[in-house]
Amino acid sequence: MSTAESIEVQASAPSNQTGYRSFTLGGFSFSRDEYFARVSWMAKGQQMSHSMSADAFLRAMMRDVAWGFFYGWVNFDPVIGTRNHYGTVDMYAGSYYPAYRDSGLDHMENFDSRLMMATFKAILDDWTNEGFDPFAAPEEAGDGWHGKKNGNNRAAIERAREACHRMPGLPGDASLRSDANGFPINRAFADVPQDAPEVYAEPGFEAEVSAFNLFAFLSRSDVTWNPSVTSVCGRSLACPTTEEYILPIKHGNDRVEWFVQLSDQIEWEIEDKHTGSPRAKVLMKAGDVAAMPADIRHQGFARKRSMLLVWENATPNLPELYESGQLKPWPVEF
Amino acid sequence: MNSFQTTFGSLQDYEKGGIEIVADNPMYYAFSNIFEVANQSAPYEKVAVAVNLGYVIEAVRLEGQSGWYAAPHDEFAIVMDGEVEVHFIKLADPAAAYTDDSKGSIPLAAQPAGTPMGRVVARRGHQVLLPEGAAYRFTAHSVGVMLIQTMDGPATVHKWGQICLK
Repeated sequence: MSTAESIEVQASAPSNQTGYRSFTLGGFSFSRDEYFARVSWMAKGQQMSHSMSADAFLRAMMRDVAWGFFYGWVNFDPVIGTRNHYGTVDMYAGSYYPAYRDSGLDHMENFDSRLMMATFKAILDDWTNEGFDPFAAPEEAGDGWHGKKNGNNRAAIERAREACHRMPGLPGDASLRSDANGFPINRAFADVPQDAPEVYAEPGFEAEVSAFNLFAFLSRSDVTWNPSVTSVCGRSLACPTTEEYILPIKHGNDRVEWFVQLSDQIEWEIEDKHTGSPRAKVLMKAGDVAAMPADIRHQGFARKRSMLLVWENATPNLPELYESGQLKPWPVEF
Repeated sequence: MNSFQTTFGSLQDYEKGGIEIVADNPMYYAFSNIFEVANQSAPYEKVAVAVNLGYVIEAVRLEGQSGWYAAPHDEFAIVMDGEVEVHFIKLADPAAAYTDDSKGSIPLAAQPAGTPMGRVVARRGHQVLLPEGAAYRFTAHSVGVMLIQTMDGPATVHKWGQICLK
């Protein structure tokens, strides 16, 4: 299978039993059947494999693709995941799971980001059936993820992450969301006021005197656990998102990030980044602010769709500064 | 019928979450609540509630009229409770307000010379651009809270030991 960038994705012919293709990326093999996605690798001369429910696998892979492998580690579950080196990406199985790693049964390989992205997109495209949206909350995702191959849902999996240059609504910048451009108010935010700020710009200053309703913008998000960028101050990015049910991955930080809970609540399970050992649980309610240290992995649980402001620092050399110990993994001492 | 109720906080009505420690130090999470912070702040005191290598998010109590500020970079305000009116002036002489090395919101001694740019009236959930090269001033007729995304500057107040869970 060849992509537009002439990157060769290694894919099999469709299975005559299920209709799904299998894929190979270096020493990893990917296959799915009616219910399960399976990742296989060789270690110490034996075939190893790990299975996930196909819906959970697709939800995790959807985030990894949409986020461009994000900042640091994207753990699909305790065994498999990716680590972003910003140009190249590690794929691993068991490398951050002590029972595999300590027995030498884990496997990790580094790939050019473009090859991994092309492979993951091809897997998503082939394994996502019509009637399943891996980006959506359970009530909206549809039930079509299981069974034999049945069409596709490219409209869902090819959504682009929205990122402004300065602020949405400014001339030439990202658009505001509305019914007219395909963003109706989500059922869980039907009570969120949609009023606009009053903007009185003097002639000539229309591009600088500007404001928009951020909460209304978020109430129209059609996806969950997928940050947009809504303001840029140097390398500081405000990345609000709407969260419902469970974050489909465990995000391992390669830098400190911050959460500001704008509405409702989320519980965060915090684990050691390298071992998965539990460290803490953080319960955030509206108005709460908390740092996520650079040496943890975290997974969120939201019983009702909520608004979360994820605040990131996109300074390029941050991972090296934390990895080398030049920066402590926590942001402040008091 | 919609059965969902979205919960926002306010100065008068908020619940603070918390941390259950298994094997950790609560300090690492610098956990605070912006409404609790604002309830303990002076009007327009710019209290850092998040910091990341020179960048900050500040929780600011809205009450009455602020002084004038300006910044050599964009800043952004999000109103979390109440209503605020923001007036803008295009600086006639930015060098009189700050230097090339300045960061964060720079307090100005008085209303600066320049061209009026306009104003914004913002309520809960509204985000306002505080553009580079403009002076701005806040007016609130009742108390409220806003967040400001900016850089760590001369007006930023760090009092982590007073605001964070221990």
